[in-house]
Amino acid sequence: MRLWPRGLRARLLVAFVLVTVLGAGAASWSSARSASDALVVTTQQRITQTMTDQIRAVTPQLTYPPDQATLDRLRAAVGVNTLVTYENLRAGAGGDTGLVTAALRTAVRGGERLVTQRITARDRPWLLIGTPITVTAPDGTQTPSGIEVYSVHDLSGVEQRIDGLTRSAVVTAALALPLAVLLALLAAGSVLRPVRMLRDTARRLAAGDMDARSAPHGADELAELTVTVNEMAGSLQSSMAALRQMQADARRFAADVSHELRTPLSTLTAVVEVLATTADGMAPDARESARLAITETHRLVRLVEDLMEVSRFDTGTARSHVEEVDVAGAVQDCLRARGWLERVEVAAPGEVRLRVDRRRLDVIVANLVGNALRHGAPPVLVRVAASPGQVRLEVTDGGPGLSEQVLPHVFDRFYKADIARTRTPGSGLGLAIALENARLHGGELTAGNASGGGARFVLWLPRNPEVAS
Amino acid sequence: MGHGADGAAAVSRRVRPRVAVVSQDLPQGRSPSVRAARRGHNRRVAAILLIEDDPLVQRGLQLALRRHGHDVRTADTGEDGLREFRSSTPDLVVLDLMLPGIDGLEVCRQIRETGEVPVIMLTARGDDLDVVGGLEAGADDYVVKPAQPSVLDARIRAVLRRSDSSPDGVRVHRDLRIYTTSLTVSRRGEPVPLTPTELRLLLTLSRAPGRVFSRQQLLEVVWEHDYLGDSRLVDNCVQRLRAKIETSQAAPVYVQTVRGFGYRFGPV
Repeated sequence: MRLWPRGLRARLLVAFVLVTVLGAGAASWSSARSASDALVVTTQQRITQTMTDQIRAVTPQLTYPPDQATLDRLRAAVGVNTLVTYENLRAGAGGDTGLVTAALRTAVRGGERLVTQRITARDRPWLLIGTPITVTAPDGTQTPSGIEVYSVHDLSGVEQRIDGLTRSAVVTAALALPLAVLLALLAAGSVLRPVRMLRDTARRLAAGDMDARSAPHGADELAELTVTVNEMAGSLQSSMAALRQMQADARRFAADVSHELRTPLSTLTAVVEVLATTADGMAPDARESARLAITETHRLVRLVEDLMEVSRFDTGTARSHVEEVDVAGAVQDCLRARGWLERVEVAAPGEVRLRVDRRRLDVIVANLVGNALRHGAPPVLVRVAASPGQVRLEVTDGGPGLSEQVLPHVFDRFYKADIARTRTPGSGLGLAIALENARLHGGELTAGNASGGGARFVLWLPRNPEVAS
Repeated sequence: MGHGADGAAAVSRRVRPRVAVVSQDLPQGRSPSVRAARRGHNRRVAAILLIEDDPLVQRGLQLALRRHGHDVRTADTGEDGLREFRSSTPDLVVLDLMLPGIDGLEVCRQIRETGEVPVIMLTARGDDLDVVGGLEAGADDYVVKPAQPSVLDARIRAVLRRSDSSPDGVRVHRDLRIYTTSLTVSRRGEPVPLTPTELRLLLTLSRAPGRVFSRQQLLEVVWEHDYLGDSRLVDNCVQRLRAKIETSQAAPVYVQTVRGFGYRFGPV
């Protein structure tokens, strides 16, 4: 268990309680201290005064030099526990008077004044008082008489009262404890409420709710922090908005560019057919130029169509037109339409009905098979398999497969695995479009290598898709 | 119907007066069915009105379609197109939907109101609003831009081509009489004007009453599309055909929907 708690609330609580209890304890202790001091002083003064008065009252009747009887009388006047000495005479010896110390006696004998001493003996506190008695001559001069009076007082009663005071000081300090806890909780609450609000706001911001703010209360540091956090959220929000705007602009630009390209391409598409039908009669150079123009125009058309398709996916405007389709039949149609039936082997368990967009499924199959035919090696095999939840379409080839460097990028736009072969018949967007089409159907398209070594693309399409349309 | 052979002639402006002659000869000379019947040949010359606002695209398509043996007139705007349509009475209209002024959809609607001349739209791919709107406005088919003239030509021929007239003469189905020789249809004695596509759909379906045709089959037979044809063409044409021959569109008697499969004729 750690000594210093981790939570802010617990720390505040401990700090508050420590400060309060120490403070209350110190205050009580010092007041108890001074009260007991005052008590001791008062008691001492009272006892001293009483003794002085008693001695003064009896002194005039004493004879000088005193005898034993005089000393006895003096002792009786002052009270019990009193020792009176004159040279070798002493009265009241025995009992508690044995406590009178040599130090006190020396001090009394050498001086003219009353001397007090506090000692602890027999587990009790004692007050020892000693005073010399002076003889006042008729002319007023005072001379020491040699008589010394010692008195011993038990201070146990006073000590008990002091103990009482100390106890009550401790009790006072203890009473401050629950109050301290209560105050600490209140303070922690008032500090932690804005902190908690800030935490909630930060969480909502992190979760993408850019409108999240906390209302600052008061004018303390936490309120300043809240204002700062709000400002941060505000600038974050505006940067995000700007970023999103830029992204939207870029996408719209791509869409606009493709769209604008389509008009001149419409003209080119129209006239290259005329060129094609007349090319045979041209001179060889002109014929080759015409053929190049025709080929490149068709390439350009495909590229622009693919670009437009990609920008439709990017802008979320791609729509699907779902109908019931036999996947196995669609694969056959796709291969037949492109003259690939001879080069591709199809394995399908008869009819596989699925609700998909016929055209988009065709695009996926054509791109996967076309990719295998172009970049892989025979045999190219399409396998269709159906399970209750989904339909699986696998395209494999007998080529070397996809290398570790290529694999993560096969679905990237315009990614060319072979740098040297930059001019392939495809637009470079085919696999990216196939993937987007799979996802539009709620499915998935993955690339990998078959255990035999060739590249393997696997398409999954769900039976009950949440198709965006 | 001795005019079919004329279709083999090269591109010619002479088509126009010939059409006029036919119009005079026959009471329903403007009827596309009759016009189609006169062309048994594949290389027939069709008078096409191309409405396209971009001058270069328009010129390119005109050149290419001419090479395919069509007589092509052009218009730059919807207003010009409609004016030209009324004055030149084309066999078919190729219509770009993106037009300044009156847009293509409105042009298509107005053409449909005046008669049964087929319309092929030029639309942007993925522009579903265009396709759906155009089909609802009565277009027979559409070609995605940039249009390849060979594809456009194939569609034009498919739309204009009639089913060969068959010798069985007349098919009677309850109130409906389909004259397979003259390629006309009447209902309760009243002639029903059908577009070439509608007629072809009806002939295809009624040839085998009770047989179910899938949308894909109909697209291949009636529209001569490949396996990727748009099934909305069929649904839309069925709607328009029903509006003309059925008493109740909600409970069709002749062209019935077979849920999940397609359509069938009757059985009545």
